[in-house]
Amino acid sequence: MSNIVETRVHPRAAGFFADWRTVALRAVRLTLRDPEAFGPALAIPLFFFVVNVGAMQSFVERSFPPGFDYKAFQLPVAVVFAVTGVSRANSLVIDIRDGYLDRLLLTPVRRGTLLLGLMTADLALIIALAVPVTALGLAVGIDVATGIMGTLAFVVISGLWGLAFTGFPYAIALRTGNPTAVNNAFLLFFPFAFLTTAYLPAEVMTGWLATAVRFNPTTYLLGAMRALLQEGWHWAPILKGLAAVAGIGALSFTLAFRALRGRVNRG
Amino acid sequence: MEAITARGLARDFGDTHAVAGVDLAVHPGEIYGFLGPNGAGKSTMVRMLTTLLRPTAGSATVAGHDVATEADKVRLGIGVALQDAALDPKQTGRELLDLQGRLYGLSPAERKRRVGDLLDLVDIGDAIDRYISTYSGGMKRRLDLAAALVHQPRVLFLDEPTTGLDPTSRAAVWAEVRELNQRLGMTIFLTTQYLEEADALADRVGIIAHGKLVAEGTPSDLKRSIGSDVIVARVAPADGERVVDVVRRLDAVASVEASGDEVLMSVDHGAAAISPVAVALAEAAIHVEGLTLRTPTLDDVFLHITGGRLQEEG
Repeated sequence: MSNIVETRVHPRAAGFFADWRTVALRAVRLTLRDPEAFGPALAIPLFFFVVNVGAMQSFVERSFPPGFDYKAFQLPVAVVFAVTGVSRANSLVIDIRDGYLDRLLLTPVRRGTLLLGLMTADLALIIALAVPVTALGLAVGIDVATGIMGTLAFVVISGLWGLAFTGFPYAIALRTGNPTAVNNAFLLFFPFAFLTTAYLPAEVMTGWLATAVRFNPTTYLLGAMRALLQEGWHWAPILKGLAAVAGIGALSFTLAFRALRGRVNRG
Repeated sequence: MEAITARGLARDFGDTHAVAGVDLAVHPGEIYGFLGPNGAGKSTMVRMLTTLLRPTAGSATVAGHDVATEADKVRLGIGVALQDAALDPKQTGRELLDLQGRLYGLSPAERKRRVGDLLDLVDIGDAIDRYISTYSGGMKRRLDLAAALVHQPRVLFLDEPTTGLDPTSRAAVWAEVRELNQRLGMTIFLTTQYLEEADALADRVGIIAHGKLVAEGTPSDLKRSIGSDVIVARVAPADGERVVDVVRRLDAVASVEASGDEVLMSVDHGAAAISPVAVALAEAAIHVEGLTLRTPTLDDVFLHITGGRLQEEG
């Protein structure tokens, strides 16, 4: 039998920001213990970057006016591939299944911070993925038209995009509590990633693909990132890209926080 | 002020009445055993009282606060160990306890002291700094209990705390429950499907069947309510109803129930009643495989009230 010693303590609601910090610290800690979250997410976009540039650079650059840099055209695609779909939704499903989410819900933790904390860790991972991919681009000779501040803005926009996208897998995780459903969330990524200007500029596309490209927010995201790399501080494409990020973020966060409310409303 | 009250507490899932209007009051410092078979509504009751589930009807207060309208205040006053240890396998035991302390607003010094206090309870030595995924089932249960105690709750809910444990681990949990109650004066609401657990630990027992509280009292009062002794006749199942017909006519037999191959007779004076019972069964030419005299158990109470055995229903 134990010899229970009691120290008087004074429990109280820790507060919104303290809860956010606590949940985020746990999520960051667990992210660092999940190397599999980092390795493939970095390797796959680098692979596509190397293969796409190797296969198409000469052909595409010959087809466009002199000065068109296909590596700079492809770098945003590689970064977007790296950061889109990053989330801890699978670990949230495990928390649901193991009952650990219930343990958290039995505390006075502010419910919204349970998602915000996870998203904070996601943002840290997203930046950690975007930086080396961007650095690779610089290492292979891409010249950034907007300089260091533009490079920083490039990483920030990609981070915001990755963050904006996290709401979808969380919404699925909270609605279903099913790991298979969460894993299948990557299918959402396909139309966003491929029905866009991933391989060629919009002006050479025709028919239904041109229409799909025009309505795909990723097109405007890539436009903003390419503007920073190749054109300079041209605000029209940059603002369109930010608007696309905001739109996707508003949609996915609404879905995610509504799903959270459904999960914790004790109904 | 009572530690827990419920008035007409009910919870439906579609057309199923999981809890169908329960009234109860648990006194401060009491161990209250909530006994019932699987599916009787025990866990649903705990989830409502611990704010995880909203009642469909009725009201309840825990630690002085309404579970529906003051859920956050309830959460500060309760600790909960649910049926399955609710842990994060990728954290260490120490990290998990520290995180619990943070969510209850404890200062770094308070957290350090409490984790130190609870190390004694968890009793897992250096494993506290290992990942929880490496723990045995018993270690996880103890850590789960410790996590429920980080903030020194006034009311502790234990939902089937020994289900799946070996006898040694079960005895250890019983000892901890007694100590928490006796040394710290903690009110404990304990759900169980084990009669001996309720009998050994609870000051009072509530028996739930099909979502309703069908009996309540101290274990001894409940057992006494069906007579001071019980005679059990073991017969072929086909003969059960005949035995009931025969012994029901005897003055010494207060009540009789058949359950499977057993017929249970509640009597006030077992030593005096067993002979007339044996003679009556012999005269009726009923083959009796065994006739035993014993004191009543809570299972007998359950059978008397519901017509079914607790373990069979489970």
